[in-house]
Amino acid sequence: MEQQKKIGCYICTGCGIGDALDLKALKAIATKEQKIPVVKDHALLCGSEGVAMIQQDLDDGTVNAVIVAACSHREKAAEFRFDIDLMDRVDLRDKCLWMLDVKDGDETAEEDRQMMAEDYLRLGCVKIKKMNIPDPFLHSEGSKDVLVVGGGLAGLTAARDIAKAGYNAVIVEKSDVLGGKMNAMHKVTPDNQPPYRELGENFIGALISEVENDNRIKIFKNALVSKTSGQPGQFDLVIKNGSTTKELRVGSIVVATGFDPYDPTKLPANLGYGTSPDVITSADFEKMAKEGKIVRPSDGQPAKRVAFALCAGQRDKEHLDYCSGACCIYSMKQAMYVIDQYGDDASTYLLYQEIRTPGQMEDFYRSAQDKGAVFIKGDVAGVSGNAKGGVSVKVRDHLIRNNENLDVDLLVLATGMVSTVDTLDPNAPSPVGTGRDELPGSILNLQYRQGPSLPRLGAAGFPDSHFICFPYETRRTGIYVAGPARRPMGIAATMTDASGAALKAIQAVEAVAHGVAVHPRSGDLSYPSYRPEGCTQCKRCTEECPFGAINEDDKGNPLFNPARCRRCSTCMGACPQKIISFANYSVDMISSMIKEIEIPEEDEEKPRILIFACTNDAIPALDMVGRNRSSISPYVRIIPLRCMGSLSLVWIADAMSKGFDGVMLMGCRHGDDYQCHNVRGSALAEIRLSKVSETLQRLKLESSRVKMVEVNIMDAETLPVVISDFVEQISNLNPNPYKGF
Amino acid sequence: MAYDLTFAKDVYKKSEMGQWIKMCMQCGVCAGSCPLRAHWQHSPRQLFQMVRAGMRDEVLKSSDMWMCTSCYNCIVRCPRELPITHIIHGLARYAETEKMTDPQQPTRRFAVEVFWKNITSTGRVGEAMLTMRLYFLDGLGAGIQRGLEMKDSAIGMLKTRRLNPIPFRGKLKGFDGMTKMLAKAAELEAKLENHA
Repeated sequence: MEQQKKIGCYICTGCGIGDALDLKALKAIATKEQKIPVVKDHALLCGSEGVAMIQQDLDDGTVNAVIVAACSHREKAAEFRFDIDLMDRVDLRDKCLWMLDVKDGDETAEEDRQMMAEDYLRLGCVKIKKMNIPDPFLHSEGSKDVLVVGGGLAGLTAARDIAKAGYNAVIVEKSDVLGGKMNAMHKVTPDNQPPYRELGENFIGALISEVENDNRIKIFKNALVSKTSGQPGQFDLVIKNGSTTKELRVGSIVVATGFDPYDPTKLPANLGYGTSPDVITSADFEKMAKEGKIVRPSDGQPAKRVAFALCAGQRDKEHLDYCSGACCIYSMKQAMYVIDQYGDDASTYLLYQEIRTPGQMEDFYRSAQDKGAVFIKGDVAGVSGNAKGGVSVKVRDHLIRNNENLDVDLLVLATGMVSTVDTLDPNAPSPVGTGRDELPGSILNLQYRQGPSLPRLGAAGFPDSHFICFPYETRRTGIYVAGPARRPMGIAATMTDASGAALKAIQAVEAVAHGVAVHPRSGDLSYPSYRPEGCTQCKRCTEECPFGAINEDDKGNPLFNPARCRRCSTCMGACPQKIISFANYSVDMISSMIKEIEIPEEDEEKPRILIFACTNDAIPALDMVGRNRSSISPYVRIIPLRCMGSLSLVWIADAMSKGFDGVMLMGCRHGDDYQCHNVRGSALAEIRLSKVSETLQRLKLESSRVKMVEVNIMDAETLPVVISDFVEQISNLNPNPYKGF
Repeated sequence: MAYDLTFAKDVYKKSEMGQWIKMCMQCGVCAGSCPLRAHWQHSPRQLFQMVRAGMRDEVLKSSDMWMCTSCYNCIVRCPRELPITHIIHGLARYAETEKMTDPQQPTRRFAVEVFWKNITSTGRVGEAMLTMRLYFLDGLGAGIQRGLEMKDSAIGMLKTRRLNPIPFRGKLKGFDGMTKMLAKAAELEAKLENHA
């Protein structure tokens, strides 16, 4: 039941706010103009007394919605944490007081500062008036089980950790055995065994039996997932085992399908694969070592001289453009096999581009050197047969600028890792409709409007994730890719990755059970809904959602899956009909806020510039500008947005018809090295903005009045310049003629 | 055969501190730190890689090891903490025992023909005699010419008492003990070589 909103506005006068601003005027704005019933001030609102004052009003029912007009919302968050659903912070300090350079006695500057503070207070009042209490999306038949696709090292580790945490896991393994590539492994690198110098024993057997004997883990072998529909908490699966199928409901999914080695037949000809049986891949060599006989395949003679060509077909535009991260280390391990088997007779050469041995593996590198492995920075110029058996490798040695033949019994090519996860190009138009046939080879066969696969990043073909902030996440909520399926990695990293994904999968099912967003807006109760009678079936929301959260019905109306949603509100900004909204965030809310800002008359020569700033990166950067006491123009007004993706072009039109002289948008970096928490938000805003000139033309305004900039959280140093340049540019234009209308 | 480990294994075993060569990661900080780098044909890291590549003749005949002035810059900076200065001296000595050094290499001549004789004959370095022997290595004329060239420095050093004009006479206290130690060291070294 919707309770009547009783708003209380609490103004802090500490940190110099009271001295700088006219408190009486501020309170008058709240009470008389905005009709806020309870308006109080305190000299130290974040102190126990101030907080108690607010709590008292909440306890006796005087207020149930709170405006704290003090510092930035990023400050004193713990102090101002009340058990209510409607609360907003007005920043009078960081982004107002601290950003303005006001000399004592400069009355104009003092007046400008007062105007800014009053506008921000108005914005806060309007915002909370337009906010409604969100109703969490709850579902009674949700599952908290986790599906793990793949029964290799990553899958087993994830399933074991899920079970250890008290949840049920379901492993779907394609083959008839668990263990995956680890089964072929002779020994392992000592990633977790100090002093990190000696080879470790293969532990996969122990892990397999631990998983097999855990009654929380259910295992399907010889099985595939042929269909995945629904949303986190209610993923409905069809598991196919030969001709039999089984339906199952899980809460979240860990994809741990591992890697495929790069096809050696595609390798560059100079590496000589296929010219002699004595040129083999690392995988072949590992198998040989496991069987205990390191010999020349050509004649079975002992292979005492072995060369390893690292980066075979890697970091190469024609083949794999990336480093697989594990090859240096496993090649050192394989060199040790030769040294272990042949002792003083062994000669091992590692031909490298750069040695990459992160973390403790630097000690392993030293150990390999100490045991006598020779490292040569050089390329393989060519490989030819050798009369004495084995092969002759022409080495371009960059260290001693030599061009000599290295005669060896075996040449081992360290090929890279290719993800086994099917991915789709996120920029390609997606198919329309939901029902579709099974995509052969797809890991999950998602019944999503945007396609059955996970969106990828760049050309490398790995599933996209926000690698700085949310590395485990894919662009499909509740689906986590772990191990070399996510990005190339070795054994230790795979295990850490799998544990991380297991925890994220558990977090997802719990969040869904509580009806809240998982991330990046963890705990957010709101979710999008729409007014069906206004929908024109334009499909922009279903197409643009960065997370594929929205399906379509037969007529093309959106079908929201709230548990898939990350609350970025990209759909809201995409909708030309403005019919998508959140309980506490809507097009109307921001429009009303824009309209509430006071615009001085043209002859006052005080332009107004509106800044829409992304709350994830631009707002913290602006806070830092304040903290640095760097001054910006007193003519700007900042409105934080959830994400630039929520930008509705209506807001630009509103700002222009209200009389703002310019509008600046501060979004995150986009492109392949994007920083947007919602992946596509700022990119989509820029695309939308390219169409803004139409709106401006209709209003007979210059298109240079609207500008978008990419802001990084570290940009506090440059931001004042960016803003002042824009203010100057706007000042050179005539004032917006719509002022005062 | 190129890239043969026989030579490297010899060096690891017989050259003083030679076993450290396998730990070099070829970063080149030693080369960048050496004040005499311009006079080296190969930098320390290159020499080490040549050892590992089995280039016995190129390494042992090289004059590079004789260029080291023991400033210890490389030791201080080596990220892998290799005792580079000592390795270089070890290589020089190894080249000498293998009779691979160019006999005319000036540093080698000073070390072998002047310095070693000077110090082992009395147990102490006699500066005057050492300088004289060095100057007259190439005969009387060359010696006089060198002496004249350096006379201002010599007078300056005399005035500031940095040079003792009177040759050291007599022997180090415990000279016999020192001789025995040297003999024992030679014996051990020979044993090491026979063992290999």
